[in-house]
Amino acid sequence: MSRAVPEAGGGDIGRAGYRWVVLAAGCFGSGAYAGMQMGLPAIGPALRSHFGLTVAEAGLVFASLALGVGLTVFFWGLAIDRVGERPVQVGGLAGAGIALIGAAVERIALRPMVGEPVFSATMVTVGVFIVLQVVAGDLIGLELRQVGHPWGLEQTEVAGVIVFHSDLAKLAFTATVVALLWLFLRHSRLGLAMRATAASQETALALGVPAGRMFGLAWAISGALAAVAGMLVATGGAGFSQATTLVALKALPAIVLGGLDSVPGALVGGPIIGLAEAYTKTYQDDLFPWAGDNVDQVVPYVVMLVVLLVRPYGLFGTREVERV
Amino acid sequence: MRGRPELFTSYRRDQAPLNTPAKRAWLGLLLVGLLVFPFSVTAELTALGATALLSAVGAIGLNLVTGYAGQVSLGHAFFLGLGAYTAAVLSGDPDGRSLGFGLDMAIWLPAAGLLPALVGLLIAPVAIRLKGLYLAIVTLGLVFIGEHLFRELTAVTGGPGVGRPAAQLHLLGADLGRRSEILGGYPITREIKLYLIALVVLVVLAVPAKNLARSAVGRAFAAVRDRDLAAEVMGVSLTRHKLIAFTISSFYAGIAGALLPTVTGFIEPGSFNLLLSVQFLAMILIGGVATLSGSLLGAAFVILLPRLVEELPRFLPFVTGESTGGVLTTFQLQTLLYGVLIVVFLIAEPRGLFGIWVRARNYWRAWPFSY
Repeated sequence: MSRAVPEAGGGDIGRAGYRWVVLAAGCFGSGAYAGMQMGLPAIGPALRSHFGLTVAEAGLVFASLALGVGLTVFFWGLAIDRVGERPVQVGGLAGAGIALIGAAVERIALRPMVGEPVFSATMVTVGVFIVLQVVAGDLIGLELRQVGHPWGLEQTEVAGVIVFHSDLAKLAFTATVVALLWLFLRHSRLGLAMRATAASQETALALGVPAGRMFGLAWAISGALAAVAGMLVATGGAGFSQATTLVALKALPAIVLGGLDSVPGALVGGPIIGLAEAYTKTYQDDLFPWAGDNVDQVVPYVVMLVVLLVRPYGLFGTREVERV
Repeated sequence: MRGRPELFTSYRRDQAPLNTPAKRAWLGLLLVGLLVFPFSVTAELTALGATALLSAVGAIGLNLVTGYAGQVSLGHAFFLGLGAYTAAVLSGDPDGRSLGFGLDMAIWLPAAGLLPALVGLLIAPVAIRLKGLYLAIVTLGLVFIGEHLFRELTAVTGGPGVGRPAAQLHLLGADLGRRSEILGGYPITREIKLYLIALVVLVVLAVPAKNLARSAVGRAFAAVRDRDLAAEVMGVSLTRHKLIAFTISSFYAGIAGALLPTVTGFIEPGSFNLLLSVQFLAMILIGGVATLSGSLLGAAFVILLPRLVEELPRFLPFVTGESTGGVLTTFQLQTLLYGVLIVVFLIAEPRGLFGIWVRARNYWRAWPFSY
């Protein structure tokens, strides 16, 4: 999302030989990507057992990302008006709201799809995506909305690169949430129960794990994470509008690149896509001007296509074991 | 076997496309109805009917690859766009603002199917490597790459906000796109001609699709869809059938894409977006996955739905026909209904409108002893 944080470097400094600048821009751009993808690995395991296949993480991909980005920015904007910027940013009132919606979506639309073909489940989430996009769009309204600069506008110069404190804060925030998520999944009873449900739904049920509730929980967590990502995307000068919901779709290449059910994959995929975009934006005029303006917006999909052709389950995704 | 029309003594007869008198009667009625339709409604509804028929062609294509062969494709809009621009370029005015060669419909219509088919053939290897959601996302990427191409190739597409004229309907020297002519004292408007072209194209393309679906290739598609590994163990070549599915589907999409813009006479590069893909998916999901009649029902439903929604502001106070104000605009309501209907149909009636039809049929078949 280098576009969401245009101050981060590449844009203003120009496209001379500042390799470091481009590198930094790409990395910061990827911060938002990484934030956005965090939801996916979290619910991946649960969804895998939901439908019996890895590929069914569609749920988050289509529904909750848009839900997070679209609805969050709205609720968050409201909350900022009331409570002030900083406490809300950290407290995540919006996150709680989106988590509830995520759980509700699971209960109403996804639970009946247990045992149905993956295709059907995927399409249900596409349907949910469309519905939520309309709802979020209606709430946001037609004009561009601003959410201000909760982390201030200060900047520091590190080795010739201007670094905005807000970008550092975003990276730190993302890293903290990823760490918390990892701790939750590895070291808590609930996390263990979720992983057990993912490993074998029937065994987990036999041992007293309420599998249905785990699915709901997974969706709630993914909703909350998408909400966090939505906040990160909307902060900074860019603001947000109805079109911001489509940012969720732009994060897809990063998720798929790393592998749909892998936390390290999510952390690697983001920077790769961010860098590819930043490099394209900077050097395109010199190297391949024939590709047209804004080709950097398409580059993530091209990178994804090439990587998937070589590694069909992404860089770190779990290869599906096939049995007849 | 006379008098016992539903007793099949051979596999061939059982698998015949119209194997009961009732089916033949319904199809006959449908065809008569479709032929009478344009002559009994307004020009606006006729144009809408033409759009529905052409969308049905595209829906059949998507149903072949997604419904029958089980390869989720969100990239249908890209192939529609490819067909639209192939047709527009080949038939366009050589002296016009956008690129054009001024060729006849007999040339551009097949070409508009063949070029997307070729591209589909090139894309298919991706589908051979990837499965399920990964494939869905790659095909989604295809839509975005396509949108970029259509936006940037201004010599061909006219660029965003400008666009270019759609394909010219010159068939073997006759100009079918002209406003109106009198035939036997009855005015044949441009809309009626478009509608009839659409009907002919649909019938010509639906029959081979039906035959494909009930032949060995169609059964292989179903095997690949239901369990690809098992299919391969039984000797069904995954590579071959995924290639066939994508190529044929893209051909249908190209033809539909070539003719759809002729209804409005104009192509806007931004129109081949994700929403269009979702519309076509909605058609096959609402109509009925992996059924030919379902594609037709779904296309008619999805195309006519917005028209019905436009009538709603009169009855529902919270819906507004203006672009702003009210709780929902009609456009938002239309989009909302696509989403809700996809979810509701998948949960409540996965076989779609076709499934509802089958249930109604079975109820009345045994009436008054149905249960």
